[in-house]
Amino acid sequence: SQAAWCELPSRVLLVLTFQRGIQMYESDGSTMVFWHALHVPEQPAAHSVFARGIAAAGGHFVCVGTSSGAVLVFDIPPKGTNVTLSEILEQHQDPITDIAAEQGQAPDGAGDLVTADDSGTLCLWSTGEEFTLLGKIPGSGCTCSSVRLWNGIVAAGYGNGQIRLWEAGSGQIRAQVSAHARWIYALDLAPLTGKLLSGAEDSFVHVWQLSRDPDTDGIEIQHCHAECVTDTQVCGARFCDPAGDTFAVTGYDLSEILCY
Amino acid sequence: RVDEWTDVDRKRVMNDIISAMFKRNFMEELFKAQDLYSKKALRTVYDRLAHTSIMRLNQASMDKLYDLMTMAFKYQVLLCPRPRDILLVTFNHLDAIKDFISDSPGILNQVDETFRQLMETYNCLSDGEFQLIRQTLLIFFQDMHIRVSIFLKDKVQNSNGRFVLPISGPVPWGTEVPGLIRIFNHKGVEVKRSEFTTAGNYITPQREGSFELYGDRVLKLGTNMYSVTRPVETHVSGSSKNPAAQAKENLVPNPLAKEELNFLARLLGGLDIQKPAGGETGFRLNLFTTDEEEEHAAQTRPEELSYKVINIEATQEPGRRAELSRILGELEVTEPR
Repeated sequence: SQAAWCELPSRVLLVLTFQRGIQMYESDGSTMVFWHALHVPEQPAAHSVFARGIAAAGGHFVCVGTSSGAVLVFDIPPKGTNVTLSEILEQHQDPITDIAAEQGQAPDGAGDLVTADDSGTLCLWSTGEEFTLLGKIPGSGCTCSSVRLWNGIVAAGYGNGQIRLWEAGSGQIRAQVSAHARWIYALDLAPLTGKLLSGAEDSFVHVWQLSRDPDTDGIEIQHCHAECVTDTQVCGARFCDPAGDTFAVTGYDLSEILCY
Repeated sequence: RVDEWTDVDRKRVMNDIISAMFKRNFMEELFKAQDLYSKKALRTVYDRLAHTSIMRLNQASMDKLYDLMTMAFKYQVLLCPRPRDILLVTFNHLDAIKDFISDSPGILNQVDETFRQLMETYNCLSDGEFQLIRQTLLIFFQDMHIRVSIFLKDKVQNSNGRFVLPISGPVPWGTEVPGLIRIFNHKGVEVKRSEFTTAGNYITPQREGSFELYGDRVLKLGTNMYSVTRPVETHVSGSSKNPAAQAKENLVPNPLAKEELNFLARLLGGLDIQKPAGGETGFRLNLFTTDEEEEHAAQTRPEELSYKVINIEATQEPGRRAELSRILGELEVTEPR
């Protein structure tokens, strides 16, 4: 199950995925605004049905990924419970792992939403009343577990410990980092500074600096800092502020949230 | 006491239990796609399996055996370098089992058959699917921190019950040693390389483990922990980190969902129990040093760690009750003298 805050201009919703469904709550947790049950195929499935990957996008949409590869797009009214399923995006063949909306300024034609799946395939979309597929980056067999989008740069974390930067507009790879020795569970981005945070099962959390030179169109990534959470497989890592001065970490079997 | 047993007894118990586990009906049920069953259900199945031969265990020894099993399994799942390696761990288990019954061709066949079924079902799964399986298993074992002597001695477990996660050694097959950053220009041509360093000390792996019926698994996880005689102590501490969650699980009035009860009935119905013949006596396995110690352990086991074995007869539905009574009747074993 996952939980994510979806910050829209009009309201903030808490969106939860759990076995076979999606729930949305008001930001104070007081009322359930909406729930959606996932379609379970009739014949006993050899594969489980679940929702995974949540992002607020396009001003008034919340996108949620599913195990079938479909991405559900929900239209959120500024107030009240009249949430409707606006569209189902069906470009992925494999279960969705993560979805991210553009956190900075997208260059022209770069799209403002990226979706990722188990095969490592990334899809780039432009949001609106109808979402349009702008491009597809085929996977190379390794699961893309986590993804972020900033200033037209897709930052993707993979199950083999790699971080790759892709140019959203062209689909071209711009950087490849042998970042972790195990499965990357979490990526987060600080939009004010372009800092990237990665957390993995190898117990490490790394802070990186992304940059994009507008003149040369060079994209760079540099390593800033490493933390080792001894004997802990890091499962979650998030910046606590938009500049990325502090971050929080969670891990398997860990009942605490560690703040750095 | 275990030292009253002869080698013939040991062989008998080994053969009986392995034969029961790998029986076709039992395996067929296990291979059906289903949700992970509850802790109570798992403990019940384990109990039955442990008693399919002439060996008996008291509650305290059974609890300890189960503790050992769950912590060892948790260790193996947690430390798998790649999600796919949980399959290699399983193959290691089967390789060791085949070694125990190497002179019983009938049982050997059953195990090989299960091996083939595992390969057929799981070899083709993606990394993402394996990670999902692994995550589901890890959630099942979350917050269990029973200390196991053999792990403490080998320094794979800390005194607080948490496992040591090394930050050195070979990286998983398919992963690169961390440190390299490669930058490409907009045409995809590499234009820069740089390096970063961390506290980790990793090396490249030599080869990948085999997923075939026979082969070098490379991975040591899942190999026989007791290939040399080792101590079996476990240390159960009274303080549970998450008492609220434990209490909630024990408070549910009808702990089993209907589906799980059905599943258990089918599963246990497939377990073929060896009844000791006329003059045979069974043997009691005591995992503690004395009977008194075993009794003491039973009385002092912390409440939140008591495994409430399912009493299947306590079901309400008459139809189901009759069916289960019949199955249980078939499973009844004469108490050894």
